[in-house]
Amino acid sequence: MATKSLKARQDELAQTNKQLEILDGGIFADGELPYFKDKISEIGHFPLRPKKLEILQINVGYMCNQVCEHCHVDAGPDRKEIMTKETMQQCLDIIKTTGAHTLDLTGGAPEMNPNFRWFVEEASKAGIKDFIVRSNLTIIRANKKYYDLPDFFKKHNVHVISSMPHYTRGKTDKQRGDGVFDKSIKALQELNAVGYGMPDSDLRLDLVYNPSGAFLPGDQMAMEKDFKKALLEDFNIQFHNLFAITNLPISRFLDYLIASENYEDYMYALVEAYNPAAVANVMCTNTISISWDGWLYDCDFNQMLGLKVASKVKHIKDYNEDILNDRNIIISQHCYGCTAGAGSSCQGTVA
Amino acid sequence: MANNYYDAADLRKFGKITEWSEELGNKFFEYYGKVFEEGALSAREKSLIALAVAHVVKCPYCIDAYTKDGLQKGITKEEMMEAVHAGAAIESGATLVHGVQMMNKYDKLSM
Repeated sequence: MATKSLKARQDELAQTNKQLEILDGGIFADGELPYFKDKISEIGHFPLRPKKLEILQINVGYMCNQVCEHCHVDAGPDRKEIMTKETMQQCLDIIKTTGAHTLDLTGGAPEMNPNFRWFVEEASKAGIKDFIVRSNLTIIRANKKYYDLPDFFKKHNVHVISSMPHYTRGKTDKQRGDGVFDKSIKALQELNAVGYGMPDSDLRLDLVYNPSGAFLPGDQMAMEKDFKKALLEDFNIQFHNLFAITNLPISRFLDYLIASENYEDYMYALVEAYNPAAVANVMCTNTISISWDGWLYDCDFNQMLGLKVASKVKHIKDYNEDILNDRNIIISQHCYGCTAGAGSSCQGTVA
Repeated sequence: MANNYYDAADLRKFGKITEWSEELGNKFFEYYGKVFEEGALSAREKSLIALAVAHVVKCPYCIDAYTKDGLQKGITKEEMMEAVHAGAAIESGATLVHGVQMMNKYDKLSM
C-alpha cells in the first residue's frame, strides 16, 4: 500500500506528459487498438462537443487523509495544492450566475481545505438545486474537528456522495488502506443517525463503487442490490443509490496497471466494452471542472492530465459560460473508461 | 505461431471463430450471451457455476474470464473458492462413485 503520492515519490508518472505518451503510444500507436478519436468518428461524435452545462465540479485541493492505490488525483497528505479563499470567492461569483443545476465539490478530501466550511456556507446560499460534497467517509472519523461534519452537511442540505469500494473489509482496506473499512462503516452509521440515506429522507447519501483492481465494474443495479443487502444486514446501514464508476487509466491507477502488467489487458477490456450509446452522455458534455488554482477543464480526469479546455476562456477569472460552451472537448485514450459498458461518470452509469 | 498450446492473449481473439463459420459462430455467441443474462438464476449465480465448470473442464481461458467476471460482479474470493470446491467435489465424487462398479465387478469375479 502506497503511503506517498507519485509526486512526492518523484515518480516519472507524476508527469502528465509521460502519462499522455503512454496513452497515445504502445498498442494504440501500432494499430492494435483504435484511437478513441477514430472510434467516436465512426458515429459522428468527433469533435466531441458540450451540451447544456449542468454540473460545475470544483476541486478544492489535492490534499487527502488517504493514499488510495487507484486515485486518479494522486491525492494524499503530502499534496499541498489547496484552493485559496480568493479563488473560492471567484467560484462563488460564478455559482451565483451559472446555468448549472448541480455544484459538485471534490478533492482530495474537500473537508481538509481550511476554508471548506465557509465556502459551503456561502455556496449553499446561491440556491443551487443539487449541492454535492464528495466525502471519503474516513475524514469524518480522522480528527475531532471533523466529528460534526454529518450535522454540518445536514445544516446546509448537502448531498453526500461517498466512496465505498466493497461491503467487505478485505477489499476495501486493500484499495484504500488498513482501517478504512471500519472507519467508513462508523461514518456511514453517523450519517444515517442524522437522517442521511434513510428511505424517505431528503438528505441524500449515495455511494460510489469503483473496482479494487484491473477489472471493470459490474452492473450498477445488481451491485447496488448486493451493497444494500450486505450493509443493512451486517451494519444496519442505509443509503440511496450506488454509482458504479470505472477506474480510468491515469495517474496512480495507470501506475498500478503498468506495475502489475495489467495495462494492455485493461485497455483491451475498455475498448472491447466500448458502447457507442454512452458517448452522447459522457460527463464532459455537461460538466466544467475547476481546479484548485482556478483553471478550467472538460472533466476531473483531464484536469489531472493537465489538459486545459480548448477555449479562449481557460481560467475562472475570465469565466464566460457561452464562450466556454462553444468548444471542442479534449480527448485521449483514457476516455474509453467513460464509454465502457453502461458508461461511467461521477454520477454513475450514463447509457 | 507461438510454440505453446495456450496463450492468454488468445482469449481476446475468441470472437474471431466467427470468421471461419459465421452462422454457427454467431448462433453460438447469441446463445452464450443469452445463457448468462439474469433469469430464474441471477447473473451472479451463473457466473459462479461457470467458474466451477471452468475448473472441472480445465479451461485456462474460462478460468481467467470467470475470475474477472466474478470480480466485476463483486463476488468474493471465498465464494469463488467454494464454487471451485463444489466442482472439485463433483469431479472426485464422479471418480469415487465408480468404485461401486469396481466393487460389483470384484464381487462377481471372486468366489
